[in-house]
Amino acid sequence: MPLLWLIVIVTALAAAGFFAGRARALQSAGGNIRDLHSLPSYYGWNVALKALVPAGGLLLVWLLAQPLYVNATVSATLPEAAIAEGSSRDLLMAEVRRTAAGLDSAVAQGLLSADEARDPQADPDAVSERLKEAGQIITSQITRPILDAAQMFRAMNATGALIMDFAVLAAALAGLGFGLRETQREFRARNTVEQGVRALLLAAASIAILTTLGIVLSLVFNTWEFFRLYPATDFFFGTTWAPSFSGRGGASELGILPLLWGTIYISIVALTFSVPVGLFSAIYLSEYATPRVRSVVKPLLEVLAGIPTIVYGLFALLTVGPLLVGVFGKDGLNIMQSGTAVMTAGLVMGIMLIPFVSSLSDDIINAVPQSLRDGSYGLGATQSETIRQVVLPAALPGIVGAILLAASRAIGETMIVVLGAGAAARLSLNPFEAMTTITAKIVSQLTGDADFASPEALVAFALGMTLFVLTLGLNVFALYIVRKYREQYE
Amino acid sequence: MTDATLHDGQPAPRKSSLHQLDALTKKRNAAESRFKAYGIVAILIGLFFLVVLTVTIVRSGIPAFTQTVVAVEFTLTQEQFDDAESKLMKTGAYQDYFIAAMEGKLAERGIEMDFDPAAIERLLGKIGSNLREHYRANPGDLGRPVSFELSASSRVDGYFNGRVTRDTLVESRFLMLSDLDLVDALSDAGLLKQAFNWNFITGADSGVDNPGGAGIGASVVGSFFMMLVVLVLSLPIGVAASIYLEEFAPKNRFTDLIEVNISNLAAVPSIVFGILGLAVFIQFMHLPQSAPLVGGLVLTLMTLPTIIISTRASLKAVPPSIRDAALGVGASKMQAVFHHVLPLAMPGILTGTIIGLAQALGETAPLLLIGMVGFVARGYPDGFLDGFVEPNSAMPAQIYTWAARSDVAFYDKAWGGIIVLLVFLLAMNFVAIVLRRRFERRW
Repeated sequence: MPLLWLIVIVTALAAAGFFAGRARALQSAGGNIRDLHSLPSYYGWNVALKALVPAGGLLLVWLLAQPLYVNATVSATLPEAAIAEGSSRDLLMAEVRRTAAGLDSAVAQGLLSADEARDPQADPDAVSERLKEAGQIITSQITRPILDAAQMFRAMNATGALIMDFAVLAAALAGLGFGLRETQREFRARNTVEQGVRALLLAAASIAILTTLGIVLSLVFNTWEFFRLYPATDFFFGTTWAPSFSGRGGASELGILPLLWGTIYISIVALTFSVPVGLFSAIYLSEYATPRVRSVVKPLLEVLAGIPTIVYGLFALLTVGPLLVGVFGKDGLNIMQSGTAVMTAGLVMGIMLIPFVSSLSDDIINAVPQSLRDGSYGLGATQSETIRQVVLPAALPGIVGAILLAASRAIGETMIVVLGAGAAARLSLNPFEAMTTITAKIVSQLTGDADFASPEALVAFALGMTLFVLTLGLNVFALYIVRKYREQYE
Repeated sequence: MTDATLHDGQPAPRKSSLHQLDALTKKRNAAESRFKAYGIVAILIGLFFLVVLTVTIVRSGIPAFTQTVVAVEFTLTQEQFDDAESKLMKTGAYQDYFIAAMEGKLAERGIEMDFDPAAIERLLGKIGSNLREHYRANPGDLGRPVSFELSASSRVDGYFNGRVTRDTLVESRFLMLSDLDLVDALSDAGLLKQAFNWNFITGADSGVDNPGGAGIGASVVGSFFMMLVVLVLSLPIGVAASIYLEEFAPKNRFTDLIEVNISNLAAVPSIVFGILGLAVFIQFMHLPQSAPLVGGLVLTLMTLPTIIISTRASLKAVPPSIRDAALGVGASKMQAVFHHVLPLAMPGILTGTIIGLAQALGETAPLLLIGMVGFVARGYPDGFLDGFVEPNSAMPAQIYTWAARSDVAFYDKAWGGIIVLLVFLLAMNFVAIVLRRRFERRW
C-alpha cells in the first residue's frame, strides 16, 4: 500500500473519530450540552488526537528505523569475499541498493515480472542485461552476492512495509477505540486535549535542539572518521592543500591553513570595505537624515541584503572580476592574472555586508539615550563632535558586536567565494591572486561523488566543523557584547 | 565664574562678534560639514552599487529572453514529400528543399549568396528533422505555404547583441567567419527577426553544447516543490514552537536551551545546513539525492529560526489586555491563545513566513551539497507526488550550473535566470508588504 494511502486512511479514521466522539458525548448527556464537562467538539478532538498522534508517531519512527535495520541486516550477510580490493562494505551496499531500486522500477515498468525479480536462481548477467535495457543505471556487472543481497533487501523492505501498514492501522484503531470508550459525560475532555496540544507544541519547539544536535553529531562523527584516516596535526598545521584526485590514494595533503588564510583574507577585504561605508551610512541615517530621507534610503539599502548570494556570485564572476582585470590586469598595472581573486570576492562580499553593518549599527546608535546628546550640545559641541566624542564611544561595544556578526557572516559566505575567489589554495599576501576558502572547498570536496569513505570527501566535514566552531564562537561573543551593551542603557 | 575672575584686569578679550566666525569656529564647522559629507558619500556608495547591480542584471539578463529566429515561408508539395520520404537520407532531402526555398527568397531580394548545408546546420541546427516532424504530424499542410520560425543558434544571438564580433570570433565547429556573412545577408533580406524566447521560460536545461535550448522552467518547478515542503513543514512547526515559547514555556533550563539554540541556528552558515542534509538525510536515511523533498527539508531547518523569531515578535505585539479579557470571560489559556491571540497575530506571522520563504528560495549553498547541480533536469516531473522525489534542479542551483559552465553563451542564461528568480522574490516581498500594510494593527 503506498504511503499516501496509509496517511489518507489514518486521517480519515481520525476525522471519523472526531464525529463519532462528539456524537457519543452528546448522546451520553442525553442531548443536553450543559450536562457535559466540556464543549462537545473537545470530545471529538480527544478521539481524533488519540487516533492520529500515536499512529503518526509510529509511522514516522518506523520510516526512520526500517531502512537502518534492513541496511544493517543485509550488509551483515554480504560475504567478506564479495568485497573487492579497494572497495568497502558501504560501497557494495550502495550497489545493492541501486540494484534493488533498479529491480523495483523494472517491475513497475512491466519489463520484469514480480516473480522473475524475486527468483533466487536468476542469472546475474541476464538480470543486469535486462536492467540495462530498462534504462536503469547499473555501474558495473551485477554479481551473485549483490543480486542475492538485493533480493533480500527487496523482500525485507516489502515485509517491513506490510507490517508497518498493519501496525499503523492497528495503532490508529486502538487509539480510536480507547478514545471512544473514555468518552463519557463527566470525562474532562478539554483538559486532556489541551495537555496533548501543549505536548505537541513543546515537541515543535524542541526541533531546534534536534537540529543543533543533528548538525553537531553529523559533523563530529564524520570528523572523527576523517581523523582516523588522516592525522589531526597535519590537518590543523599543514600548509599545503593538495587533495589527490586519483581516488583513494594516500598522497593527499590536506592542510587547513591556506584555506583559513584565504577565508580570513577575503573577510578582511570585505570588512575594510563594508565597515566604513556601513558605519557612516548608519551615522548619517540615524543622526542627520530627515525622516523622509530615512524612510526611502533605509529600505533601499536593505534591498542589498535581500538579494540572494548567487546573484552576488555571478556579479563577482562576470562583472567585477573582468572590471578589475581591466584596471589591474595585463593592460593596466599587470598585477592581476585572472578575474577570480581575493579582491573580487572581498569587494562583492563587502557590498553584500553594507546593509548588514548599517542596520545593526543603526539600531545600536539609536539605542544611545538622547540625554547624552543633549548634554553634549548643552556644552556647545557641534553635532559631529557629539557623535564622535559621545555617541560613538557609548555605542562602541555594540558596534564591535555588529562588526563581529558581519565577520561571521563573511566567513560563512559560500556562493560569492565559490564563483569569485578562484580554486587555488595558497598562502600569499597579494590580494589580486586567486585564493580559496573553507566554504568553497567544502563545496568542491562534496559535490558529485557520494562516496564518504575517502579522506578527500571526509575532510569536508572537518572543514565544516572548523567553520561551525569559528562562526559559533564569533556569534556567541558578539551577541554577548551586544546584549551586555543594550542592558547598560535600559 | 572662576574664568571670569581669572580674566579680570587682563586686556579685553578678542574683539569678535557672534556674526564673525573666528578661525576655530570655522575649522569646527568645516569638520562638521566634512563629517556630514562622509555620511552622504557612504550612502551614495551603497546606492551606487544597488544601481550598478540592477543595471547589470537587467542589461545582461534581457538577451536570454529573446532569440533570433529565421522566418521563412515555405511550401512543400505532396510529390516532394513522397520523394523525400523515399530517400535514404530523409532529413537531408528536407534540408535541401529548405535551402532551395531560402536561396529563392534571397534571390527575390537581389542578394546572391551561396552557402553549404553545413553552414545552415551550424546556424539553425538540424532543420531537416524539424521539417520532417512537422509534415509527418500535419499532412494537411502539404502543398500549402507554411511559415516556419526556426530558432538560430545562440552564437547568432551573441552576434546580434555584441557578445560575438567578427574581430574576436574564434572559428570553431559551432561558427565560422563565413557564416556571419550569411547571417548579414539573411538579416538584410529581412528573414531574421528577434522573437520572445518562450523556451527559456518553459523549457528544461539542455546539454553543455546547446546553450540556445536551455530553459529554466523545470527548475522553477523544482523550486516550487521545495517551497511547498518548506511551507507545509515550517509554518505549522514554526508557529507551534513560537506559541509554546511565547505563551506557555515555564522559565527553566530547558526553555533557555531552546532559546539559545534558536538564536544560534539563525546565524549558522547555510552551508553547514547543507552538510547536515547530506549526512542525515542522504547518508543516514538514504533519501534520494537531488530530490526536492530533501532540499525542502534542509531549507525548512534553515528557515525555521527566521520564522520562529518573526512569529514570536508578532505574538508579542498582541497586547496582554486581549489575553486578559479572554481569560476574564472564562476561556482557558489554550482557548485564549488559539481563539484570540493567534488570529490577531496571523498577518504578522504570514508576512514573516513569506519573507522566510523568499530567503529560502534564493539559497544556493546547501543545495550544492545535496546534489542539485552537475545534473541536467531533462524535463518536468511525471506527476504531483513524483515531483517531490524525482531528481530535479532548483532555480538558484540551475543558475549556478550555468555560471559554472565554460561556454560563455550560458552566462546570458544565468543572468536571465537571475531575472526570473528576482521576479519571484519581488512578488513574494510585494505580497508581504501588502499584507503588512493591509492588516497591520497598531494597538
